Amino acid sequence: MSTAVDTSAALPLPAAGDGTPLKKRLRRAERRRNLLFGALILPLALVVLVAFIWPIGSLLTIGVDNPEIHDNLPRTLAVLEDWNGSAPPAETAYRALADELTAAKGSPAIAAIAKRLNRENAGYRSLVMKTARKLPLDAAVPAREALVAIDAQWGELATWQAIHRAGGALTPFYLLASIDRMIDADGNIVVAPEEERIYVDVLLRTFWMSLIVTVCCLVLGFPVAYLMASLSTRHSNMLMIFVLLPFWTSVLVRVAAWIVLLQNEGLVNRLLMWLGLTDSPLQLLFNRFGVYVAMDHILLPFMVLPLYSVMKGISPVYMRAALSLGCPPFRSFWKIYFPQTLPGIGAGGLLVFIMCMGYYITPALLGGPKEQMLSYFIAFYTNQTINWGMAAALSAVLLAATLLLYMVYARYLGPTRVKYMKAR
Amino acid sequence: MKHAASFLRAAVLVALGGAVGTASADITVISFGGASQKAQYKAYYEPFAKATGVKVVAGEYNGEQAKVKAMVEAGNVTWDVLEVESPELVRGCEEGLFEKIDFAQVGDKADFVPAAANECGVGIFVWSTALAYNADRLKEAPTSWADFWNVDKFPGKRGLRKGAKYTLEFALLADGVPTSDVYKVLATPAGVDRAFAKLDKLKANIQWWEAGAQPPQLLASGDLVMSAAYNGRISAAQVEGKNLKVVWNGSIYDVDSWAIPKGSPNKAEALKFIRFASQPENQAVFSGEIAYGPVNLKAVPAIDAKVATGLPTAPANMKGAMETDTEFWVEHGENLEQRFNAWAAR
Repeated sequence: MSTAVDTSAALPLPAAGDGTPLKKRLRRAERRRNLLFGALILPLALVVLVAFIWPIGSLLTIGVDNPEIHDNLPRTLAVLEDWNGSAPPAETAYRALADELTAAKGSPAIAAIAKRLNRENAGYRSLVMKTARKLPLDAAVPAREALVAIDAQWGELATWQAIHRAGGALTPFYLLASIDRMIDADGNIVVAPEEERIYVDVLLRTFWMSLIVTVCCLVLGFPVAYLMASLSTRHSNMLMIFVLLPFWTSVLVRVAAWIVLLQNEGLVNRLLMWLGLTDSPLQLLFNRFGVYVAMDHILLPFMVLPLYSVMKGISPVYMRAALSLGCPPFRSFWKIYFPQTLPGIGAGGLLVFIMCMGYYITPALLGGPKEQMLSYFIAFYTNQTINWGMAAALSAVLLAATLLLYMVYARYLGPTRVKYMKAR
Repeated sequence: MKHAASFLRAAVLVALGGAVGTASADITVISFGGASQKAQYKAYYEPFAKATGVKVVAGEYNGEQAKVKAMVEAGNVTWDVLEVESPELVRGCEEGLFEKIDFAQVGDKADFVPAAANECGVGIFVWSTALAYNADRLKEAPTSWADFWNVDKFPGKRGLRKGAKYTLEFALLADGVPTSDVYKVLATPAGVDRAFAKLDKLKANIQWWEAGAQPPQLLASGDLVMSAAYNGRISAAQVEGKNLKVVWNGSIYDVDSWAIPKGSPNKAEALKFIRFASQPENQAVFSGEIAYGPVNLKAVPAIDAKVATGLPTAPANMKGAMETDTEFWVEHGENLEQRFNAWAAR
C-alpha cells in the first residue's frame, strides 16, 4: 500500500473535475479503506487482546509477584531497611514483627506469610504459626527476648535474612527456580543443589521429544501428502477423510485407544507373541515409545494438511520438464520438487513442534516420570501445590522458548526467506 | 471505569450462575468420585434427600485445591460441601478457603476419632494406603515393606503412587525404621537421603500410578505383583471376585473430611448434611458399602462383623499401622515433592 502512495507522490498528478487534487482523493480513499479493514479486524483484535494477551500478561506477572511479606509485614521491612545483615537486628525490628504478626493472627495473611517463608526454608511455616498462636506478647518484656523464648530460631541470623530476602515487592525467586538457579545467603545466583535440579533437563527433554515427534510426523506425513496431491480428486478426497477422521476424535479417546492397544495384554503384544516374535510381552506403555506413537498419531494431520496445500499448488510442469531434459527421477524430485515444498515443511513442522512443546495429557497418561514435559509441571504447581508463582514462571520459560523458536524459524525458514531462496 | 468493571463482574456472575445454578434448596456435594462416591450416594446423599427434602447434587474433583481457591477468591462459590484430604484441609483452613465449623453442631466430640474434629472440617471416614498383592500370582505372601523391596524373593514390577507422600514413608519402613520414628527420621536431611537411597534400589522395578483405580487393575492383569494401594479399592476388587490381598502391617491411615468452601450460599443446609453424614447409622451403611472405617465410634457395633475385620479401623489391622502426619506434610510437602519429581525424572 505504501509503495502505491509513494509512486503517486513521485508523479505530477492532474486535478480531478471538481478541483480536488487526485493525490488528496487517493489518500482519502486509502484512508477509508484502511478504516474499513481496521473495523473488520477489530473484533478479532479485541478477542486476541481480551482472551490472549491480557491473561498471558497477567499470568506472567504472577511469576515475579511477591506480595506475601511485602504487604503483610511493611513495618518490619521498613526497620530492616538499614539493617547491615551481619547480625540479628535490633529490638525495634523484633517489636515491629511481633506487632504485625499479632495483627495478622487468625487471618489468611498469617498463612500467606508462613507459606512464603517456608519456601525460603522448610520449617519456617510452623515457626510462624507457632509464634502467632502465642501472640500477643507481654508489653513489659522486650520483644526480642519474648520471641526467642517462643522459638530460638528468632535469634538466628538466617531467619531474618530469609524475611529480608523474601520482602521485595517483586522477586526473581520463581524465575530462577524454573531454570534450576537460586539465590544463596550472600545474594549470589548459584545453581540449585544437584538433587533438586530438574527444569533445565525437563526443558531440554521437551525440545528433544518435540523434535523427534516433528521429524517422525514429517517422515510419515510427506508421502501421504504427496500421494494425496498426485491422486485424482475422487481418490484424494477419500484419503483426506482417512487423514481427518482421527483429527475429529477426542484426544482422550485416542490416548485411551493406544493404552488398549499397547498394554502388556494388549492387541499389539498378543500379535507379536502369536507370531513368535517375542516370548514375553514388550513394555510398550509408560515409556517414550508409547508417548511418541500416540503424539505422532494425534499430530499427523497438522503436518499433512499444510504439506498437501503447498504440494497442490506445485505445477507438475517443472518435474516433467526436468525429466524430459534428462534429469534422473530422484534427482529431479530432490532438486526441483522438494525445494518447492519447503514452505509446507516449514509451516507443518513449526505447527507440530509448537503444539508438542505444550503437550500435557498424552505424556501424563502414556509416559512414566521420565517422559513428562514442562506443561506437566505447570499443571502440578497450579493444581496440586497451588504454587502459582512457580507455575507462572515455568509458563514464562516455555513461552520464551517457543517465541525464540519462532524467531529462529522466521529468520531462517519464514515465508519471506523461502521466497528469497526461490528467487536465488 | 469502576462502573464498567462492576458491570462486567455482574455479567460474568450472571453467566456463571445461569450455567451452574441449582434450585435454592439443593446442595452441591463434591467428592473424589469412583467407588467411594457410589457408597456416599447410598449412605448419605439419598437418605439425606429423603429425610430433609434437600436434594444433593453430586460432583467430583481430583483434590485440586486450586479450584476452591479460584472460586472463593472470585466470590462465586458454587460448591457447598467438599471432601478434602487432611493436608489440604489444614492448608485451606489457614488460608481462609473454608468456613469454620463449630463441632458441637455436628455431634459430641467424644464419640469421634480425634482426627475427625478440625477447625474447618469434620471427618468422613478412615482410609488406608497399604501393601496389596495378587494372591494368584505369588506363592508366598509378602508381610512387610521389606518384602516389597525384596526383588530376589518376589520378582516382578511393583506399583507405587507417583509422589513423595507415602512413598518416602514406605521406603523408610522397608529400611527398618519403626513406625513411631518415620516422621522424625524424615524431618532430617539425612533421613530424606536415606529414603531416596532406598528408593534408588527399587527404582528399576517400580511402575508409578496416579489414580486409585489403577493398582487393582494392574494387579489383576498381572502387570504388577505388588502395589501400594488404597484399601477400599482393593476390597472393591475382592467383591468383584479378584483374589487380591491387603497387608495391614506398615499401612498408613488418614481421615478424609467434609469442608464448606468459604461463602457457600447454602451454609446452613451444608452443615445439616455434614451432621447427617456423621450419624452412626449412616456411617455404618457407608462402611458396609466400601471398606473405609467410620469416624464415629458409635457406628462400630452396627457394622457387620465380617465387614468390620476388613476395615482400617479394625484393632487387628491397626496393629503395625501408622497415622499420616498432616503437619509434617503441610510443612515439608512442597520441598519433598519437588525433590521427588527431580528424582523420578532422572
